[in-house]
Amino acid sequence: MSVERRKFLKLAGLAALGVAGGATGRVLAEDSPAVDTTPARASDTDSPRAPLTAKRWAMVIDVTKCREQANCNDCQAACHVTHNVPDFGNPKDEVKWIWKESFEHAFHDQENEHLPEELKNTRTPVLCNHCDNPPCVRVCPTQATWRREQDGIVMMDWHRCIGCRYCVAACPYGSRSFNWRDPRPHIKQIQTEFPTRTRGVVEKCTFCEERLVRGQLPACVTACKHGALVFGDLEDPSSDLRKLLAERFSIRRRAGLGTQPEVYYVL
Amino acid sequence: MHNGGKIIIGLVIFLVLITFPIWYNVANDRAGYSPEIEKAARGENCVRDSAWMRAYHMDLLNEWRDQVVRQGSRFESAAGGAAYEKSLSSTCLSCHENKDKFCDRCHDYLGVDPYCWDCHIVPKEVQP
Repeated sequence: MSVERRKFLKLAGLAALGVAGGATGRVLAEDSPAVDTTPARASDTDSPRAPLTAKRWAMVIDVTKCREQANCNDCQAACHVTHNVPDFGNPKDEVKWIWKESFEHAFHDQENEHLPEELKNTRTPVLCNHCDNPPCVRVCPTQATWRREQDGIVMMDWHRCIGCRYCVAACPYGSRSFNWRDPRPHIKQIQTEFPTRTRGVVEKCTFCEERLVRGQLPACVTACKHGALVFGDLEDPSSDLRKLLAERFSIRRRAGLGTQPEVYYVL
Repeated sequence: MHNGGKIIIGLVIFLVLITFPIWYNVANDRAGYSPEIEKAARGENCVRDSAWMRAYHMDLLNEWRDQVVRQGSRFESAAGGAAYEKSLSSTCLSCHENKDKFCDRCHDYLGVDPYCWDCHIVPKEVQP
């Protein structure tokens, strides 16, 4: 017993010395950092444009236009650069906000073996559907993801995400990606206006909420030279989006699940 | 007291050692040291009074975070009338452009380690 007490006292003494030494080290290490001589960067916060608002944001993807550009990947490239989406270079760790999927994967409940060949070979852009009844929101234990009442966007708060991945499991569209590793070294071209994420955080498309509030359309819509992506207010009968939906036959991904997805596909 | 003298001597030695950083700084005439943070490179007024900012900037940043992310309110008009964005990397760092000399110097001195920069980007640290 007495030996143990001696050991304890010795350790306590050493610990006290360590604390004192650490504090001294910090004081001794105080010196001024190197002077930065790079030129100043202009502020980009001046005079914001009027924000784009809607009662219910939605998107129509004209697959017939997309089909003609089989090798086009402009929407994904623009989105992933704008939002600092990392590229880990392997499908296991892949993080994606918008990407192209084969018909049978995008619409596996619509697929049959006698579909026209051109439809079978089509690769369709897919992204978060911003459901009216989002299962990811129901399962999130921290309310890090929620449906915005004012315009229906299913938002992400990366400050609050604890990385439990319930939402990844709940989303029937595979729209959510988890950062298994630190994403920052894997971002080719960092955009300073948008944050990166950290390891252990889930990310997904936010319908470019940060661009809408500056009066800009989503990055993928702007990037599409072929007009295949139409973005607009679903509650506004005069919007281009509603006109397109009224004229052409459209389907939604796995609508039978009752999630009420708000990305429509014109075939 | 059993072994009282030894215990008291031990306690005195212990107290001297644990307060060593204080004696050390007094001896080196740094007793009143506080870190000097760099003045803003541009801009007349901060979004709040400087003294208030020194004490409560972390509360303001938390408030901004909730307003921007959760309430979708990104811009605010200042007292002068010009709108500013509630953004650490775009607004704060556009005037206080040297994070090392503005944020870190004080945070290091106080031993606090905020995780803002795990995600948010210091514009100057990114290679164009």
